[in-house]
Amino acid sequence: MFVFIIRRILQTIPVFLGVTIIVFSLMHLIPGDPAQIMAGESAPAEQVENIRERLGLNDPYPVQYWNYLSNVLQGDLGNSIRSGRDVTTEIGHRFWITVELAFYSIVLSVFLGLIAGIVSAVKQYSFRDVTLMLIALFGLSMPNFWLGLMLIQWFAIGLDVPSWIPFIDNTAWFKPSGWGSFQQIVLPVITLGTGGAAIIARMTRSSMLEVIDQDYIRTARAKGAKERVVIYRHALKNALIPVVTVVGLQFGGLLGGAVLTETVFAINGMGKLVIDAIQARDFPLVQGTVLVASLLFVLVNLIVDITYRYLNKRIDFN
Amino acid sequence: MANESQNFDNILEIKELQTSFFTEDVEIKAVDGVTFDLPKGKTVGIVGESGSGKSITSLSILRLIDRPGKIVGGEIIFKGENLLDKSNEEMRKIRGNQISMIFQEPMTSLNPTYTIGQQIGEAYKIHEGLNKAEARKKSIDMLKLVGIPSPEKRIDQYPHELSGGMRQRVMIAIALACNPDLLIADEPTTALDVTIQAQILELIKELQEKLDMSVLLITHDLGVVAETCDYVAVMYCGKIVEYTDVKTLFSNPQHPYTVGLINSLPSHEEDIEGDLPIIKGMVPNPTNLPSGCRFAPRCPYATELCNTLPELVTDDNNHQTRCWIYTDEWNGSTEVKTYAERNS
Repeated sequence: MFVFIIRRILQTIPVFLGVTIIVFSLMHLIPGDPAQIMAGESAPAEQVENIRERLGLNDPYPVQYWNYLSNVLQGDLGNSIRSGRDVTTEIGHRFWITVELAFYSIVLSVFLGLIAGIVSAVKQYSFRDVTLMLIALFGLSMPNFWLGLMLIQWFAIGLDVPSWIPFIDNTAWFKPSGWGSFQQIVLPVITLGTGGAAIIARMTRSSMLEVIDQDYIRTARAKGAKERVVIYRHALKNALIPVVTVVGLQFGGLLGGAVLTETVFAINGMGKLVIDAIQARDFPLVQGTVLVASLLFVLVNLIVDITYRYLNKRIDFN
Repeated sequence: MANESQNFDNILEIKELQTSFFTEDVEIKAVDGVTFDLPKGKTVGIVGESGSGKSITSLSILRLIDRPGKIVGGEIIFKGENLLDKSNEEMRKIRGNQISMIFQEPMTSLNPTYTIGQQIGEAYKIHEGLNKAEARKKSIDMLKLVGIPSPEKRIDQYPHELSGGMRQRVMIAIALACNPDLLIADEPTTALDVTIQAQILELIKELQEKLDMSVLLITHDLGVVAETCDYVAVMYCGKIVEYTDVKTLFSNPQHPYTVGLINSLPSHEEDIEGDLPIIKGMVPNPTNLPSGCRFAPRCPYATELCNTLPELVTDDNNHQTRCWIYTDEWNGSTEVKTYAERNS
């Protein structure tokens, strides 16, 4: 297992290099001259040339990449055009806000998804199963920006509840924007977590149904194991194998989804940062954010693979 | 028959067992009124082709029938008590403890995510409340007993690291961990190589004597029956058509189906020219069984009489046959002969 983890970590190195090449090339793929864009439309040619020289844009392509890579490895992602500050500083705490948002959301997704999936599978075709899967289908089909807006409408601005219904008043329960307090966290996490919960629920259900029919489940029952043990010990561990993969992919989706959710809830996370950076044509900042997000995704996949190996003893990544 | 006084020389008495599968509009009677006894310490074989209901009979004993299947009627008397009257919890305590089962597919019958030791040890934890260390020690003993070399090393391996024969030995170790009174072996050797088959059967026989167990052996292989069983029940389309001791079954088979099966075995003694005899026709569709004798459409001796279902007839030697030929009403041919007889 230890050897496996080391080997798997080493395997991320080429992925990392690939990511830097793509991110670096972004700057050159964008139409127009970066130096011209930085200097502004009406800037004199001299100034543009100056910037070009300063950024090393006159150097051959591989040299530029090498400079970029060595800077990145030293933790230097360049300076923001708009604010002039370090990109690392710009990303700074916003990175943690997005990680927090994604983490809470994935926890919510996994928690709801697993419970719904298991309950559905154990009582296949029951009323509970059908209801849960309908809800899951609904959750899956709902665009999360719309869900976010609806949640704000209902729970942050105020419920339009007739006054004669007791216990529910029209006071806003949660806050529609910002990040930090519990009241601010709840709605965005629900918004971002719902889609994932639905996918995980459906995946868990089908995976559980497949596993429950396996011979070793019958063996466990024939051994006299309690039904609870049969489901949670024998079936679930096997059923989780495909679910873990989905959770990993889901996390990638969450990073993308965070862009929308952060915009809807005005959260100052990385998603909002990248949107603002794109609008301002702040290339170093876009580059830096995309690089950090990609690395986060690589890291999550690393964790998924290790979990996968732990669950499925037959896996050998050789 | 159901009211007959219980005989405690029998560890298991199955009476008029009925297990059906329900689809949207039809009931498929997989096991239809099966009755037989398993004498203590003996081995009873159930023989039949695929779909004859032999596996469903064995799963019914442990009440492991999954939806849409259901035990519809009958009694399963184990050590004097009807298992069908037990609560689920009582039944759970019997499984793996007093009655154990091994299955056909050793490749898929072990959980791929747990070690051999964890899977054997679980039985001890469930039924004897042993802790991890005690369970591990006993599991190693069990692996030794079933003849697995270097059990201290094997115990921490996962099923995929073992061969089919080894896995079946592990299955036997799990089944016998808590010293059951009855072992149900559902085609334990079908998925194994012939040489491994012999080893596994030998092992079951040896452990049966050592641990004083009774064995119910489900198989479609008459050779296995001849080697291991004391008594044999032949099943066809959910019904027992013949029940007798193993010697009589081979020397004096009565039911035309049994006769057909034995005739179709290749023989070592004689030079057979041409093809082996076969039983003509096909097993009827379980949703559309003949109303009379289930075997009648394929039976070379069938008459009008066979359009009604015959009862199991017991002769003086406790040889039971479900066939009109052995009743007084019979008026057709009586020349039910084995292959050997026909050639002499």
